[in-house]
Amino acid sequence: MKPFRMLGRSIRDAFKSVIRNFSLSLASISCITITLVIVAIAIITSFNVESFTKEIERDLTIVVFLENDTTEEEAAELKKSFEDMPNVDSIEFESKQQVKEQMQQESDVFNTVLSEWSDEESPLRDTYKLKVKDATKISKDAKEIKEFDNVSSVSYGEGMVDRMISAFESIEKITYIVVIALVLVTVFLIINTIKLTISARSREISIMRLVGASNITIKLPFIIEGMILGAIGSIVPILFTTYGYIAFYNHFDGHLYSEVIRLVTPYPFIYQSALIVLIIGIIVGMIGSAGAVRRYLKV
Amino acid sequence: MDLIRLKNVEKKYSNGVTAIYNLSLAIEKGSFTFVIGGSGSGKSTLIKMLYREEKPTKGQIIVGGLNVAKLRDRKVYKLRRKLGIVFQDYRLLPKQTVYENVAFALEVIGAPHDEIRKKVLVALEDVGLKNKIHNYPDQLSGGEQQRVAIARAIVNDPKLLLCDEPTGNLDPEKSMEIMKVLEDINKRRGTTIIMATHDKAIVDRMKKQVITLKDGRLVNFKMKGTYNDEAI
Repeated sequence: MKPFRMLGRSIRDAFKSVIRNFSLSLASISCITITLVIVAIAIITSFNVESFTKEIERDLTIVVFLENDTTEEEAAELKKSFEDMPNVDSIEFESKQQVKEQMQQESDVFNTVLSEWSDEESPLRDTYKLKVKDATKISKDAKEIKEFDNVSSVSYGEGMVDRMISAFESIEKITYIVVIALVLVTVFLIINTIKLTISARSREISIMRLVGASNITIKLPFIIEGMILGAIGSIVPILFTTYGYIAFYNHFDGHLYSEVIRLVTPYPFIYQSALIVLIIGIIVGMIGSAGAVRRYLKV
Repeated sequence: MDLIRLKNVEKKYSNGVTAIYNLSLAIEKGSFTFVIGGSGSGKSTLIKMLYREEKPTKGQIIVGGLNVAKLRDRKVYKLRRKLGIVFQDYRLLPKQTVYENVAFALEVIGAPHDEIRKKVLVALEDVGLKNKIHNYPDQLSGGEQQRVAIARAIVNDPKLLLCDEPTGNLDPEKSMEIMKVLEDINKRRGTTIIMATHDKAIVDRMKKQVITLKDGRLVNFKMKGTYNDEAI
């Protein structure tokens, strides 16, 4: 089988070349390692951010307080108009009695204060609790609902939610920028490494051309060499991802600061991240070596 | 039958120097041809155009049915597999043994292992180096190194063997050894050989076809020629 034979030969040559130019290969490998460690951190961060943004979004509720004199028909009408809103996921009604009972159960202080009020005097209101599909539109929806008839006020944890979401978004953007910059530096270093192996083997390449090796046969070992550099460079980041994340997860007991910010459970998450890191390493290596081959290997 | 045909070939280098003017000739299959001429006569350029290291600026070159002048860079390997090339400076890989150097030519075109072994041993036997297959190039004399290069050039059974001053670095005795090897290949394998040289003794002794070039022009094409000083 000719293609397999040629591939085997290319892989063998690529490994030989990595070992022969080890000091140079080491420079590329360390650069890939550093890049991929940061890529790994970025991946872990963004997965976690995504996970707890979703978590928070799932818990995000608009609480609609009704006017005290709202009749049952009016309340039912209101429910209908909530159902017509595209972003509303679920609707739950809580009468003031239910709210009262809940609060009374929560603490003794509430219990004594609340039991002194009759239904007419009660400051509590009938409420609708609305869950939304898209948290970014929550403030717009809240404003809209406030204009409805029989709605006294609306609450959705305003500023805190908005700030949290925008903070997460900017964290993600910054990591992307850092990763892209590092990938560019790495590609540049790999181009230089492969350039030197090409010049070290220029005699061999010229003989290959003379005896009729096809272009792909000449190029393939260098491209594979870049991929090997990428793969070797991803070993440390993969170990870092797997063991580092497990240690991190165990240290914080699975959540950060409060129960709200839950971390993604390590399995199978770390395997997925490790695979992504490996693939990125190999692709970056390949891009670098393909660039060098195109630029410095005139065939 | 003609293996090579040139029609109105002109080669002008990008620096403005014209190396070949309006050259037309045909070389028969199985023949042995010398290309002679002084420095700058265009003999190296002619050889280079035959293996498509250089492209002619005008005219047509046909080698074994391939239109070399119009061959794209990507397809050059197809031509190279049909011919063998030997240089003055041997061009061997110093870190590989004699066997590996010859096998290299077959490995890079993806020949199967068994075939490589068989063909390499035959080629090395043809050049008389079967007893040195495990030596490295620097353990061999110049003549032996050139024979390794010849073995590498013929290992793929090419129809055409191009030699650019193959004896240029060798003393007369070693040169004649090389010529014997080449003549043997020409006779036994039927390989067409074209050899550029300025070695008068060799040309006179071999009595082969001689193409004489002067300042890029064909001045003589003789069947059983000798080295004609006046023409050069």
